[in-house]
Amino acid sequence: MTQKLRLDGGRLDRTKALNFTFDGQAFQGYEGDTLASALMANGVRLIGRSFKYHRPRGVFTSGSEEPNALVELRSDARQEPNTRATVAELFDGLDARSQNRGPSLRWDPLAINDLFSNFLTAGFYYKTFMWPKSFWEKLYEPAIRRAAGLGSLSMQDDPDEYDKGFLHCDLLVIGAGPAGLMAAQIAGRAGARVIVADEDFLMGGRLNAERQEVGGMAGHDWAASVVSELHSMDNVRVMPRTSIIGAYDHGTYGAVERVQDHIHTPVSGKPRQILWRIYSKRAVLCAGATERPIAFPNNDRPGISLAASLRAYANRWATAPASRVAVFTNNDDGHRTAADLMARGVDVAAVVDVRQKAAKLSDARLIAGAQVIGTKGRQGLKSIRVRHSDGRLETISCGALGVSGGWNPNVHMTCHQNGRPVWDEDIAAFVPGADLPPGMSVAGAAKGLFTTTDALRNGAEEASAILSDLGFASGGATELPQADDAAYEHEPIYHVTHGKGRAWLDLQNDVTVKDVKLAHQENFRSVEHLKRYTTLGMATDQGKTSNVGALAVMAELTGKSIPETGTTVFRPPYTPVTVGAFGGRSVGAHYRPIRKTPSHKWAEENGAPLVRAGNWLRARWFPKSGETHWRESVDREVMHVRSKVGICDVSTLGKIDVQGADAAAFLNKVYANGFAKLAVGKVRYGLMLREEGILYDDGTAARLGEDHFVITTTTANAALVLRNMEFARQCLWPDMDVQLISTTEAWAQFAVAGPKSRELLQRVVDEKFDITNETFPFMACGELSVCDGLRARLFRISFSGELAYEIAVPARYGAAMWRRMLELGKDLDVIPYGVEALDVMRIEKGHPTGRELDGTTTALNMGMERMVSRKKDSIGSVLDQREGMIRTDGLRLVGLKPVNTSETFTAGTNLVNDGAEIVINNDQGRVTSACFSPSLGHCIGLALLKNGDARMGEVVRVVSPAQNTDVKVEVTTTHFFDPDGGRLRA
Amino acid sequence: MGGVFVHDLHTITPLGALVPRVDQLNGIIIREVSDRALASLALRWGKEAEGRNAAERFLGLELPAPGGHAASDSFSASWIGPNQWLIGADITGHELMPYRLRDALAGRASVTEQTDGWCRFDLEGTFCLQVFERLCRIDIARMAVGSAERTLLDHLNCLVICLEQGRRYAVMGPRSTAEALHYALLTAAGSVN
Repeated sequence: MTQKLRLDGGRLDRTKALNFTFDGQAFQGYEGDTLASALMANGVRLIGRSFKYHRPRGVFTSGSEEPNALVELRSDARQEPNTRATVAELFDGLDARSQNRGPSLRWDPLAINDLFSNFLTAGFYYKTFMWPKSFWEKLYEPAIRRAAGLGSLSMQDDPDEYDKGFLHCDLLVIGAGPAGLMAAQIAGRAGARVIVADEDFLMGGRLNAERQEVGGMAGHDWAASVVSELHSMDNVRVMPRTSIIGAYDHGTYGAVERVQDHIHTPVSGKPRQILWRIYSKRAVLCAGATERPIAFPNNDRPGISLAASLRAYANRWATAPASRVAVFTNNDDGHRTAADLMARGVDVAAVVDVRQKAAKLSDARLIAGAQVIGTKGRQGLKSIRVRHSDGRLETISCGALGVSGGWNPNVHMTCHQNGRPVWDEDIAAFVPGADLPPGMSVAGAAKGLFTTTDALRNGAEEASAILSDLGFASGGATELPQADDAAYEHEPIYHVTHGKGRAWLDLQNDVTVKDVKLAHQENFRSVEHLKRYTTLGMATDQGKTSNVGALAVMAELTGKSIPETGTTVFRPPYTPVTVGAFGGRSVGAHYRPIRKTPSHKWAEENGAPLVRAGNWLRARWFPKSGETHWRESVDREVMHVRSKVGICDVSTLGKIDVQGADAAAFLNKVYANGFAKLAVGKVRYGLMLREEGILYDDGTAARLGEDHFVITTTTANAALVLRNMEFARQCLWPDMDVQLISTTEAWAQFAVAGPKSRELLQRVVDEKFDITNETFPFMACGELSVCDGLRARLFRISFSGELAYEIAVPARYGAAMWRRMLELGKDLDVIPYGVEALDVMRIEKGHPTGRELDGTTTALNMGMERMVSRKKDSIGSVLDQREGMIRTDGLRLVGLKPVNTSETFTAGTNLVNDGAEIVINNDQGRVTSACFSPSLGHCIGLALLKNGDARMGEVVRVVSPAQNTDVKVEVTTTHFFDPDGGRLRA
Repeated sequence: MGGVFVHDLHTITPLGALVPRVDQLNGIIIREVSDRALASLALRWGKEAEGRNAAERFLGLELPAPGGHAASDSFSASWIGPNQWLIGADITGHELMPYRLRDALAGRASVTEQTDGWCRFDLEGTFCLQVFERLCRIDIARMAVGSAERTLLDHLNCLVICLEQGRRYAVMGPRSTAEALHYALLTAAGSVN
């Protein structure tokens, strides 16, 4: 198809023809086109179907406020739904499709919804699909979602990359129209660090869409010259294709830069979009204004657009909307559209002006005091019905209608910090209120100053004031360029009252004047209720073209003024943002940074399956050839450690170095049990409580010197414990001499466990250090050296219940140390063991972990109440004595073993009494940990059981309706294996 | 702590190799740096002036103010907290620097070995500013030589030191996350221009 509606001129590069398809049909446009302008030039008016009624829809605007022309771009994994054709930059090979329609755009069976519009009014879903209740999830909702909707996802991973970034500036200029460019130019010349961002790929705002002159040259040439000057300044960052999406705290703004959206296949490794966080000292909002429509019957047909948008298509994109056009306006701006279209050779059938005394401002036929009260043309406008001031009706044939109901300043960003706009009667529009986000100024049309002269002047004024505040010397008086200064003459009208048929307010969500009336009738009159009842303004365009019109209708119905009716709250993002941009590089395997242990490489080389623990990757077990099931490997590792010796990488445990004259006194306050008297060279197990008495971490503290401790935390809580201790040090007890620093990363630490562990370590530890049981007993610690001189730390602690140690060396030597121990222990049959065997052995010993310390349990629940010292003050020791925390019949940690030892159960199951019905009221507690104990030959578990310590020997049932589990178990001590601890003291 | 090593355990770099890695792309050189001995130096409460004087005498430099980094011929010091600095020295001949420093400042400062607590990557090139814009919230263009800032970078708590304004920077992060940090630096370097 040829570009039959293409005009001369425009801001297009006609040397660069671009081929694209829409719904499979091939078209051509030029560089500089949007998809909307290129389709318009090719005579395509029908772009999509409406959300609810599947009404045919076309292009309504020329910018980011577009409610109608939503399309799918690209295909396969790059398929991108709900893109506004008005901001989709045309590129060669673009594949675009209409959405929310049946087999074809022209013939859509769901258009039948339109015939039932009397039933499908606002609130229809709430009233209709309430019965039967169970149908909602499986029938009603899926059906509604299929029928009403937007574009579709490919369900494939997005192959493109997205970055996040951070920028800093003295002044952020939001919008590069006349006000924004003026502000940026002045600030740039003064030497301020400036960022000027505009959502358009061509900076200049409305200057690119008008014929008027600025500074004695075409407006768009003036804009281009300023942009060129800004580009030449090192202190100015010019960011086209960048939408400022939100105003956040302390002068921080969100921005999305579409770096490669206009390229067919983004370059690999380079971001398609960047989500910027901009830290600004000041910002000036020059976001312009959005033209508002007038609602009249059947005002949604393809071919009906905002009047200034038609002017933009003609002047910037050199395309007529149709060969014959009409204009419906309440202000002088509509006449400008008629004049510009005529100047470009387009036939303007009439300018219908609601004002009785409207002046004739173009050569087109003026029908003053008249209204458009209806239209015809199912899939594209064919004619309009005009009601003259004397009541006479006239049908005017035309293929496009430009509608202008006045202008709304784009105040959205001024409201992102809960600011409320105020009504300006002179322009009949909301303008920014006084409660702007801190550091924000507003200039130009966004402030309600609608002439180009005012915009230039105000942009300069606001920038000068900001520069003065920031202490920048003026870059010299900047002479304001001469520009249009025509007054904004208008007569407010929001919807016409004559004619038959529905009059659309919110085109994207299919909300009509009738819907607002229904909301009023059903007493949803507050603006927030109106919004939620009708869904007005809740579509992806946030009602940019509909909110004020709907407020006006509601105001009429309630007899209040528009400002009394109020406004809804505008929230970020200003325009839709892809999820990819929010995700940035944190996707897939890089969703979180991975932490690797010193033995990681060896574990990988030896085929160990890995599990994430926090961000750490840890070896679960080390399979041997012939082992086909994980249990075989884990059982072997457990039995081997209990009979010989094994080593396990426990570097992931948090380590905090605590020093200072008050280190012992400090630990005495942060641990619930006593530490003040811990001897040098000894380790003690400790509990940490939150202020409200809940257990939150356990670990050990080793006293390496009078003023030096090394404490360990659980892997998961390493950062939390350090943070809490820092808070305690800096805020609770700032007069204590205590210094803290994490050493988690600094030391590779390995558990060496089993009856032969001492023998193995004696081959590693340098001879001069005696680690016999007599000199280095259970819970001893010390600094020593290994392998002929390497500094190391040794702790005789045991999680497995065996004779065991933990040996630490500087992390860079960790991998070599691991291999060395395996090598030196060959004749002792040393093996590596993973976290699964570690877990089995600690359950066999009844040691709690995060499964038990789950953020709800207390020391009393764990049976460790005696560890919370009452002879001193420590964090949490007061509130853990609250009435509810010390119930004698509360949960207690117990052991469980199946009555029939061939039966098994899992963690996460519940407990009920023998013979009791499995209902929530009979719940007796929960199983926190469970495993098969190779040492005992049957399943065992740890559980929190009501009054558990008084129920030893009782039979209860482990149940799980979800898993169909019902196993009789005996309540036992938690110490399944070596209850006297003889092995670990050997 | 033994003064002379005779052990034969080999070391690996934070990225898990025997020698530090060097990458060059897009005009940026990213060097893994694993030859720095590091120690945390924290002044004892009530002995701040005494500890500071002794430390400065030992190190031959003035301990920098918050956000600062200083270097002498043998040592460097980066501010990492109130009355706390990360001291660095070339590991060759100084591997036991933390312990010598500890002994020199006994009772006046707490010194903790941090050599293997960190991984470090030095970035060099004309596009460094753009790379850092994609990485962290530091106002990198305004960061001068003598600055060291803690920042979140790829979800990680890192220290960025300006070695040459606009051209050369050091990034230090947790050792165990070296691969993740390295990936973030590589992708950011590849992403610009």
